[in-house]
Amino acid sequence: MELIYFDHISGTPIHPLVKEVMIKYIEEGGFGNPSSQHRIGDAAIETLEDARSKVAALINAKPEEIVFTSCGTESVNHAIKGVAFARAKKGKHIITSNIEHQSVSRTLRVLMSMGYQVTAVPVDRYGLVDPSDIEKAIKDDTILVTGMHANNEIGTIEPIAEIGKITRKKGILLHTDAVVSCGNIPINVEELNVDLLSMAANQFYGPPGVGALFIKEKTPIYPLIDGGTQENNRRAGTQNLIGIVGMGKAAELARLEMPARIEHLLSLKRYFLERLKTIEDIVINGHPEKSLPGLVSFSVEYVEGESMMIMLDEKGVCVSTRSACASGSLRASHVLIAIGSEYATAQGTLLFSFGIDNTKAQIDRTFDVLIETVGFLRNISPLYKKK
Amino acid sequence: MQYSETVMEHFKSPKNIGRIENPDGIGEVGNPVCGDMMTITIKVKDNRIDDIKFETFGCGAAIAVSSMVTEMAKGKTLEEAMKITNKSVAENLGGLPKNKLHCSNLGADALHKAIMDYYNRKEGKPKEPKQFEKVEYMEKKEAGCHCPYCDAELSEPSPFCKSCGKPLPVDK
Repeated sequence: MELIYFDHISGTPIHPLVKEVMIKYIEEGGFGNPSSQHRIGDAAIETLEDARSKVAALINAKPEEIVFTSCGTESVNHAIKGVAFARAKKGKHIITSNIEHQSVSRTLRVLMSMGYQVTAVPVDRYGLVDPSDIEKAIKDDTILVTGMHANNEIGTIEPIAEIGKITRKKGILLHTDAVVSCGNIPINVEELNVDLLSMAANQFYGPPGVGALFIKEKTPIYPLIDGGTQENNRRAGTQNLIGIVGMGKAAELARLEMPARIEHLLSLKRYFLERLKTIEDIVINGHPEKSLPGLVSFSVEYVEGESMMIMLDEKGVCVSTRSACASGSLRASHVLIAIGSEYATAQGTLLFSFGIDNTKAQIDRTFDVLIETVGFLRNISPLYKKK
Repeated sequence: MQYSETVMEHFKSPKNIGRIENPDGIGEVGNPVCGDMMTITIKVKDNRIDDIKFETFGCGAAIAVSSMVTEMAKGKTLEEAMKITNKSVAENLGGLPKNKLHCSNLGADALHKAIMDYYNRKEGKPKEPKQFEKVEYMEKKEAGCHCPYCDAELSEPSPFCKSCGKPLPVDK
């Protein structure tokens, strides 16, 4: 049975060229500590800084503005807590949206228990934040706005650049969680007007277990992990150079191949949406244009998502029902409820995220399975009125 | 996947699917906020469950539980069927993942409700078969979700289960 992987939002396969440089690095030693003063340390520094330049180039940042972390979630925690602690004397108010990933919402929840106030602005039915809502939410003691660049469940791309104009004008810091967008769509931190940006290598064909945080120069921020002087005093702990080497290569490939990748993903998405029209009572979630090129979220009325997902998995098609980080949750997705989905509809949601190796033939095979699965589950659903 | 083989068998080929025409008892439980809804209809003959069918909107575990509970109840006397518990359903399925144990409650609850409905009708208190309604119904029921780990009822939103102390999925 050929396995079909349509769950790139949970993690992309490691690109063969990325794998190659990682293995090469291990074979050539793979243990050097960039903090060592001898020649092995020097070589490690060179490797580290080469990767840093490549990650910086991906988002038009300066290399010294990139801090390597262990994952996207760490980057987000670092950005939010780091600014909150560094700016605590100035104020304790933070603005966000109500469709953020758990790494943001739970971090803010912890800060709330420590006396910070959080305002979460709503989104429209496509999941878009209205920048004027952010502006209205700003108070004298607002220190940070944190909003995702693209949503991980419905793919909607947020107007971060416009929000950035407001925060720049008011002298408030702006963090964007670009974990699912970075490396997949063009990002220029200058144009986005952001002070902090979180990313993860396993969203653009790099390895899991390595991420990065862009910190614009002169941004007041505390480290999340204290200790040595690594990462220019911003993130203590010996760097995961094996992962970082992979992330650097993945960033380079993403930058060079991005236009071709986007074109391929968009053609898969268009094809998929066309075929989806053949199933009745489907609701497509997210914005029709301002959306990640490889992601389709849709709700199948009268059927629950996990049962569909497992049946597809049985037939060799790997998809997800929602954010992988929330898959232990039994409640309907907060993102879908925020865009106005009914609970039952939200529970019947599938998330397909395509990658550079996927083909239209795989989509064809998936539809044979999907149509059968939906028919089977609707037949036993008390919500489905048999026609 | 975290499901046992028996769960997967009942999920992939569930028994007793459907809705009995003119049933003697109907049991409806669950709500889509928590993710599962189940309807069990029964036909009673000589104090025994002569026929039983289910319709379920829910996860793999919920479907498997529905199938198993109907298999277990078929042919049993009403008293015997009332004794079927969540635990025995889960055991017959070879166990359920911890965060899915609440699904087994739904199965036994739906069965018991269908039997109670039968008794009520016999005593001349026929109830209108309730249909699942949209949001109004669900929002009222939102507080009725269960902790995915210890299955304690969650009465109010909290980041931790007040019964077992485990962190709960926070969605807002």
